Amino acid sequence: MSETAINMPAQRRAQLKSVFMALGMLPVLILLALGFELLSGKFLSVSNISIVMQQASINIVLAAGMTFVILTGGIDLSVGSILAASAMGAMIASLWPGLGWAGIPIGMMIGLVFGLANGAIIALLGLPPFIVTLGSLTAVRGVARLMGGDTTVFNSDLPFAVIGNGSLFGVPWLAIIALAVILVSWFILRGTVLGTWIYAVGGNREAARLTGIKVSIVLLFVYGMSGLLSGLGGVMSAARLYAANGLQLGQAYELDAIAAVILGGTSLVGGVGSIWGTLIGALIIAVLSNGLILTGVSDIWQFIIKGLVIILAVALDRYRLKGGART
Amino acid sequence: MSGPVLQMRGISKTFGPVRALNDVSLVVNPGETHSLMGENGAGKSTLMKILSGAHVPDPGGEILVDGKKLPFGNPRTSKQFGIAVIYQELSLAPNLSVAQNIFLGEESARGGIVNRAEMRRKSQEILDRLGVSFRPSTLVARLSLGERQLVEIARAISLNSKILVMDEPTTSLSSRETEKLFDVIASLKADGIAIIYISHRMDEIYRLSDRCSVLRDGGYVGTLDRDELDATRLVKMMVGRDVSSFYKKDHVPTASDREVVMSVEGLGDGRSVNECSFQVHRGEVLGIAGLVGSGRTELLRLIFGADPAVSGRVMLDGRDVTPKTPRAALDAGIAYLTEDRKGLGLFLDMTIADNISMAVADRDARRFGRRNFAKARERARGAVDALGIRAASLRQTVGALSGGNQQKALLGRLLEAGPRVLLLDEPTRGVDVGAKSELYRLIDRLAQEGMAIVMVSSELPEIIGIADRCLVMREGAIVGTVSASPDTPISQEAIMAYSTGSSGSVQQEVTL
Repeated sequence: MSETAINMPAQRRAQLKSVFMALGMLPVLILLALGFELLSGKFLSVSNISIVMQQASINIVLAAGMTFVILTGGIDLSVGSILAASAMGAMIASLWPGLGWAGIPIGMMIGLVFGLANGAIIALLGLPPFIVTLGSLTAVRGVARLMGGDTTVFNSDLPFAVIGNGSLFGVPWLAIIALAVILVSWFILRGTVLGTWIYAVGGNREAARLTGIKVSIVLLFVYGMSGLLSGLGGVMSAARLYAANGLQLGQAYELDAIAAVILGGTSLVGGVGSIWGTLIGALIIAVLSNGLILTGVSDIWQFIIKGLVIILAVALDRYRLKGGART
Repeated sequence: MSGPVLQMRGISKTFGPVRALNDVSLVVNPGETHSLMGENGAGKSTLMKILSGAHVPDPGGEILVDGKKLPFGNPRTSKQFGIAVIYQELSLAPNLSVAQNIFLGEESARGGIVNRAEMRRKSQEILDRLGVSFRPSTLVARLSLGERQLVEIARAISLNSKILVMDEPTTSLSSRETEKLFDVIASLKADGIAIIYISHRMDEIYRLSDRCSVLRDGGYVGTLDRDELDATRLVKMMVGRDVSSFYKKDHVPTASDREVVMSVEGLGDGRSVNECSFQVHRGEVLGIAGLVGSGRTELLRLIFGADPAVSGRVMLDGRDVTPKTPRAALDAGIAYLTEDRKGLGLFLDMTIADNISMAVADRDARRFGRRNFAKARERARGAVDALGIRAASLRQTVGALSGGNQQKALLGRLLEAGPRVLLLDEPTRGVDVGAKSELYRLIDRLAQEGMAIVMVSSELPEIIGIADRCLVMREGAIVGTVSASPDTPISQEAIMAYSTGSSGSVQQEVTL
């Protein structure tokens, strides 16, 4: 009798721990949602959830690209600037008579090209990703301003505006695109050889090379992917706003994307993490922003609370993983 | 002269199941240079780490410094007792000045404010004593390796050390710097400082030693006085042991009559490997012996295309395949097992199945680059059975396996690539005895199946036990080949003589 009484808590603790490991940050997301519902009484309405999804969507897309990069042990600080340049390109192309839809592929191509440029410098010249993408953060921002002659480009008759503001069976297109990006990313990471290589390069780069993995191709791919998704993000935000401005658009978006990836439990060292974690991380950030507005917290306090929650959540995560996987 | 400055008595040390030191005793007198010799892994470094407080020995032993008992396991206490160690990897801060480094951790300060002038003055005194040309204000980053070593010695002097341990101090020095170091050693001796000098180089041992102690397999073998020093005797003391039946060699040892599979011609990297040439035959196990730092690992990495070669080529079945990348080597049929399986080999967070199938994941892929998970599992299951990997499941992460099973998993990955030549770098390092013997059996079986195997090892019994032929490397070059014949095994003495570069007389005596 006494023996079981002693063993019970330990056993239960072990069980609880394994459940926590599997769920990751999901409980935090649910608790936040319930908390805001209790405080505001209107958080969990259908229309508000739709708004949250819409607000989260661009960050989800950027964070998905960031997940690829961080899984290899790198970082991409240029996503916000690339988003701005792509949005500018998409808007300018949307004004072409009869060819307005070309804005979508053009925006995405611009993102891809910048991403591949990052990847080529990092993979072929062997420069540190932090420094390379810090440089392109600044340089691409300049390109974005140059593209519109440093003005805001409008198109009130945007052909692809439906992406930003329409919905399918009540689900906003932005959210559908974001979820599709997550599914495709999940497939690449978990279902393809390339995905396995990405984890391998992040887990042990030199071992990956000695195993015959083409490390430079993997790096080119992840930065290209991050650029392409930043381009998609640019198209999405242009479609939502009917406008793009090279100076203001996408400022500090890289920070939210990185925060989402880290909240999702992906190790900054690389090799460990999942795209579903990133989705939850991005949703936590969106729920926080939306919930704090609903509960009437001032703009200034929103920043402070968001920052503290990110630190707290990651601290919890470390505690959760302590003794288990390395970070 | 007064009593000994250092007495180590009955020192033992076990790491898990491994006995690194067994009841070792050592007596060092003031003002003497006491050399310490032994093969790699004989326990020299462990003994010195116990002396410096980095390791705590097993209970039972004691260390007396000037007759006072030294408490174990505290580097600071060891320093205060006058023990200083000059490490192979220098422990200086390159971004600080010479003076700052000499007094690192012991800054003369008042109220937290460093007294730079005083530090500089004291440093200059010590540097003058050592007769060096650089100044206390010089940045350490600007100094050569030899000069940095002198800074370390200066640091030891500033602490009034009585015992100075030098672990292979000349490995990275030029001959001029070595001369300078020997002068400094002579002047330190004259001041009554005892020096424990670890080296593999016979000429240095002859030149410097007042006495020389030998360790083997963690045990103390004996001490020779200066007039007893003799290369043959030292080599015999270092290696004298039986080759047990632990090793498995069923494959035909006359494989050198068979066809040549791989031929390395003048391969070099311009730094640590110097135009090496050799051939390996079908079904042959070719050992490569040599001291740590002799260029063995670097040679294997060149053959595998892991580092760029500046000269030479690699021929496989008469075709030039000189690989530029590991990928090209694997495609050509050359696989390489790294000596550092955790750092350079395995993906510790990934599953056994992923680790084993990693090198061929793209060959197995379905359309659009989709992973073939069934094939990966099949390969992993096959490797687990064939190599006897003990694991709870294929989904277990490799990091959770024991050293021996990790090594087998890594070997399994290489074999999945279907190599014709297998380059093994210290294949049994950090592996327990049982797994070791399984690995030997495996290597033997692969040789029987016709694979050409090149094995670098620091354990001579291992090379003698399973290799048919052994190349010996020294300072980046292949300096000798020792062959086994059906009735005589490879001679350990001959390998040691080649690798330490001791006089030809040893060799003659041995081969007579």
